[in-house]
Amino acid sequence: MRPTLQFLENELKETIIAEAGVILAELGVEVQNPDVLALLADNGAQVDRAQQRAFFSPDLVRKCLATAPRAFALYDVYGEPTHDFAGDNVHFTPGSAALNILDSETGKMRKPTTADYVDYVQVVNQLEHIASQSTAFIPADVHERISDSYRLFLSLLYGEKPVVTGTFTVEAFAVMRDLQLAVRGSADALRAKPLTVFSCCPTSPLRWSDVTSQNVVDCTRSGIPVEFIAMPLSGFMAPVTLVGTLVQHTAETLSGVVIAQLACPGAPMLYGGSPAIFDVRYETTPMGAVETMMTDCAYSEIGKYLGLPTQAYISLSDAKLLDAQAGLESAMGATLAALTGINNISGPGMLDFESCQSLEKLVLDNEICGMSLRLVRGIEPREDFPALPRLQELLQEQHLLISAHTRRYLRQEHYFPGPVIDRANRARWLEEGGLTLAQRARRRITQLQDNYEAPRYASEIRRELVARMEHEARRYGQETLPERPE
Amino acid sequence: MDILQEISRYLQSGEDKQVLALTEQALDLNLSPGRILQDGLIRGMAVVGDQFKNHEIFLPDVLLAAKAMTGAMERLKPLLIGDETPLLGKVVIGTVRGDLHDIGKNLVGIMLRGAGFDVIDLGRDVPPEKFVATAAAEKAQVVGMSALLTTTMPVMKQVVDMLRAEGLTHVRTVIGGAPVSAEYAREIGADDYGYDAGSAVEKIRQLVED
Ligand code: B12
Repeated sequence: MRPTLQFLENELKETIIAEAGVILAELGVEVQNPDVLALLADNGAQVDRAQQRAFFSPDLVRKCLATAPRAFALYDVYGEPTHDFAGDNVHFTPGSAALNILDSETGKMRKPTTADYVDYVQVVNQLEHIASQSTAFIPADVHERISDSYRLFLSLLYGEKPVVTGTFTVEAFAVMRDLQLAVRGSADALRAKPLTVFSCCPTSPLRWSDVTSQNVVDCTRSGIPVEFIAMPLSGFMAPVTLVGTLVQHTAETLSGVVIAQLACPGAPMLYGGSPAIFDVRYETTPMGAVETMMTDCAYSEIGKYLGLPTQAYISLSDAKLLDAQAGLESAMGATLAALTGINNISGPGMLDFESCQSLEKLVLDNEICGMSLRLVRGIEPREDFPALPRLQELLQEQHLLISAHTRRYLRQEHYFPGPVIDRANRARWLEEGGLTLAQRARRRITQLQDNYEAPRYASEIRRELVARMEHEARRYGQETLPERPE
Repeated sequence: MDILQEISRYLQSGEDKQVLALTEQALDLNLSPGRILQDGLIRGMAVVGDQFKNHEIFLPDVLLAAKAMTGAMERLKPLLIGDETPLLGKVVIGTVRGDLHDIGKNLVGIMLRGAGFDVIDLGRDVPPEKFVATAAAEKAQVVGMSALLTTTMPVMKQVVDMLRAEGLTHVRTVIGGAPVSAEYAREIGADDYGYDAGSAVEKIRQLVED
């Protein structure tokens, strides 16, 4: 049995969904993009152009849910399947788009560079429990107009895993699609085997900006999966109660479903979000708050109830360093998210309210993810009955270390974290240098960097990626890209 | 109890109706609007600010007090004449061009109004020219800018440079938002940086006093 966590009875889910329906029909959503409004108007939504509002009837919402895929897959740069967003399958991805990184030498936060990004891709490429890359932070050494496409470029040039990403402007979409075409070869091949997921954020309460609504339409038309990231903030930009926040989140996310499915029926989507409570003492949006995590798990239940695969920003921390708070908030989130069966879990590596990535934390979190993945495989009998022969064997042999049964099931039954999580006895730990967790994490990063191998691309693909990126940079007056390793 | 103290006390507990009624009474007693503002309302808000900083009260309590303050201010504003204590100062705020994050900026606006500033909020995605033109037209003392994206931080420098180029050197600038810092403020020549709404009020108060 897969262990699962549940916060909402079906009756409560029904009520929340119905209430969200009333909000979409009565209040509607503001859409600050005339083309998207026209698209909605042409396809059955009631639109007030002067007020830039669209109203969705429960029927229209149902129709859009009916065309939405219940599952979809992602593929790595070679076209091999990596993600099956279906049922309660769980995949982890690093928290994305941080403003800063935690410098391992100085322990201080600073703006990242190209070199940091390449380090990151080389590491994440080899982390066995992190299924995709995300464009985890923004290199600050390129023109700001290319900072979103440039991180995708580096991810595809140095990494093999699919990428969770997004654009900051309408204009950047074209090159971010073309970089993917360079890898896949054709628009049809990209559509058949998605390589990325784009995050698209409605603005709470009940608004779609010009940029993000256009992103939804552009992605769906190119066959690029989207994840909706609504961020109602309980007690501030949403009701203080978790149920009230869930109603608002449901309305905002369903409005994304409608835009996507009307733009392109059948478009793959993740029912996602990044809601948080608002801490009225510090004016912050804590991702490590237990109520934030509860809201994430609960809306994922609603998404699944509606038949959609889900995503959440959970398993990250608000700590400023790699300290005990960082570990406990991330582990708690990863555990709850895995038990809930959230399909795409965005969080590992992240500190400080989604604003700082740490490579050291990422390699630690990789092991936390490993434990969570083990956890949800649950407890299953494996040649355990009848139990008598095994116990007879134990009494006779004095131990089961080399029993055939042990050898068959050891690695399935026991997950071995490390080298960041430490299980050595004290004497051995001391003999091996008495390293702190941060030191072990650093050492692991160095090992991964030494073992890194670049993707096995044909040289034309590599050339084309570079040519497309350089062309984009020149559009904004940047003649050369920062230096990067071969 | 002195009526001004009473105004301050009711303001601290966020009771807007009482604050307005007491303001009315104080006017009937012929207290000058400037004194009511300074020794009643603004004094009360200063206490609220300190309590918030010390975690004795939470943000909603501050906003309730701010609302009571605004109500009474509306009543007093037309009566403030000549050199009577005006508002603490005029501040133009906005989220810079290309950036749609306005939650933090809105909070800063609410707290500034609550503390007794005249606030002109230009909204989000504000072009640099608009900050500069508004600061000039409205004779503002301070321009406050917010940015939450790495990509939009540089717009703040454009505003600082443009104010200088237009000869508006007396206008102070203050910045805020997750990607910026006191160092960044120094780097682009802004006068100060605030990390939350409380610190925004404090910093802007200092800038206006200097
Ligand atoms: C909520 C949020 C959103 C909401 C914004 C809703 C709104 N109406 O503002 C939505 C969902 C719309 C959104 C959209 C996007 N977001 Co956003 N968002 C956030 C989040 C989680 C919290 C921001 C917030 O409101 N905090 C609460 C308020 C109260 O705090 P605050 O803003 O920091 O303000 C306080 C202080 O900074 C200070 N302050 C602020 N302004 C000022 C001004 C002055 C003068 C002073 C003195 C002080 C001051 O006082 C405030 C009160 O305490 C941040 C994460 C973070 N750590 O900041 C990401 C974050 C800023 N977003 C991010 C991104 C990437 C985006 C998108 C590009 C995503 C996308 N692909 O669509 C879009 C941006 C579109 C655009 N062009 O702007 C990234 C930035 C990445 C980067 N390196 O630049 C962040 C860091 C999250 C992440 N890791 O992905 N986002």
